[in-house]
Amino acid sequence: MATAVKLDDLPKTMAVPQAATSKMAARKVKLWYGAKQALFDVDLDIAANSVVALIGPSGCGKSTFLRCLNRMNDTIDGCRIEGDIRLDGTDIYDPNVDVVQLRQRVGMVFQKPNPFPKSIYENVAYGPRIHGLASNKAEFDEIVETSLKGAGLWNEVADRLQQPGNSLSGGQQQRLCIARAIAVAPEVILMDEPCSALDPIATAKIEELIDELRQHFTICIVTHNMQQAARVSQKTAFFHLGKLIEFGGTDEIFTNPKQQMTQDYITGRFG
Amino acid sequence: MAMTEGSHIKKHVVRSYDEDIEQITRLITEMGAIVEQQVAFAAQALADGDDRLARTVIDRDSRVDGLEEKLDQTAIKVLATRQPMAIDLRIIAMALKISNDLERMGDYAVNIAKRTIRLQSHSPMRPIPTMSLMAEMCQEMVKDILDAYITRDPEKAMAVWRRDQEVDNAHNSVFRELLTYMLEDPRKITPCIDLIFIAKNLERIGDHATNIAEKIHYMIHGDEINRSRDD
Repeated sequence: MATAVKLDDLPKTMAVPQAATSKMAARKVKLWYGAKQALFDVDLDIAANSVVALIGPSGCGKSTFLRCLNRMNDTIDGCRIEGDIRLDGTDIYDPNVDVVQLRQRVGMVFQKPNPFPKSIYENVAYGPRIHGLASNKAEFDEIVETSLKGAGLWNEVADRLQQPGNSLSGGQQQRLCIARAIAVAPEVILMDEPCSALDPIATAKIEELIDELRQHFTICIVTHNMQQAARVSQKTAFFHLGKLIEFGGTDEIFTNPKQQMTQDYITGRFG
Repeated sequence: MAMTEGSHIKKHVVRSYDEDIEQITRLITEMGAIVEQQVAFAAQALADGDDRLARTVIDRDSRVDGLEEKLDQTAIKVLATRQPMAIDLRIIAMALKISNDLERMGDYAVNIAKRTIRLQSHSPMRPIPTMSLMAEMCQEMVKDILDAYITRDPEKAMAVWRRDQEVDNAHNSVFRELLTYMLEDPRKITPCIDLIFIAKNLERIGDHATNIAEKIHYMIHGDEINRSRDD
């Protein structure tokens, strides 16, 4: 796949073995918040057009790792990261990488729906506007419609695009945030517990959506809901105390995990 | 290899979840104990031509069915309320299947009992020695497979699984032997047919014991067994 920074431009020693279909690859990722180490040598591959679920108890490092994937941790004081994370073979921590561009390619949806205090239309059009993805109203209209359709929200809001985004229900707001994320045509979408504030029906809609989004995007999702991880992902990573304990096919992890710790966690035997 | 030591698994954070799983294991154990006895009684009734014991087997079958029903309900409730994963899921899913095997074994014991009664009513004929041997083998298999379930011992389960071939061989020789009796004396055709059916029932009991062996293996290891019997 074509990338902005060519692999050849990078020193050869930094080239990491990466599975041919990996969209993102992490190698020996270590992270510190001040003196406290939060991640220890995490190796993880995310295949293109797949959903990878990150699970583990609170404080295990799963959200921290997720946030490494689009450098959201850069903004945290005292946060230091080592190791190597690549998007299509390009080191995302390379000094030449434009973080704004990176976050356009690797979008994010958060735990609590956080629409901008603007209209539904403007919530979706904002990203494409700052990235210059459209030049006239017709083009913006098209992006807004496509994105809202992609997020499964169009039919519910088509007749009230000028109403404030936060006038929607929680589940609709979250889908609006997904529409906002996909409006800038990202390649990877990171989701940090996107359903934890939603009721079961709204959750089901998001899960259905994740499955559809997988056709066009690569998705990495953090969830505390084990059944959700089992339902939406193809691969699951189990984190504990900052270490990646087990990473494998979701079917395997939830029926026959290889590590005792994984088994204890997913069957509710922790602590 | 997955985690194998099923018997050493830790307690759940929610204690009532452990109680649910224990209840399921208990129901299978109870059902198995009755089925083991049913098979033993049926074999005894056959050996002694004991009508009364045969009727006891028939009367007690409802207890097996009742336990199977109770197990189904309990397992469904646990699936709905706990959404079990990994070892827990395997224990519950396999309990549902094992109870089905046990119920079928109970039915075969009843069939043997019914044939035994029939056998006494017309021309009494003692079972041939190979059949007694076969009945013993099946009883042993049933007993050992239940021990393997209770102790969660996949090795013991596999030992039962391998023994099925012996029962199949015995079944074949019983069949051939009874065939010669029928050829010698056509009046023996009716009782011999009953005995052939009884032998078939015993053979099926052995098959279900091996089915349970496979389920115990899956329950503990989470994968299928290697199906070649020479390993």
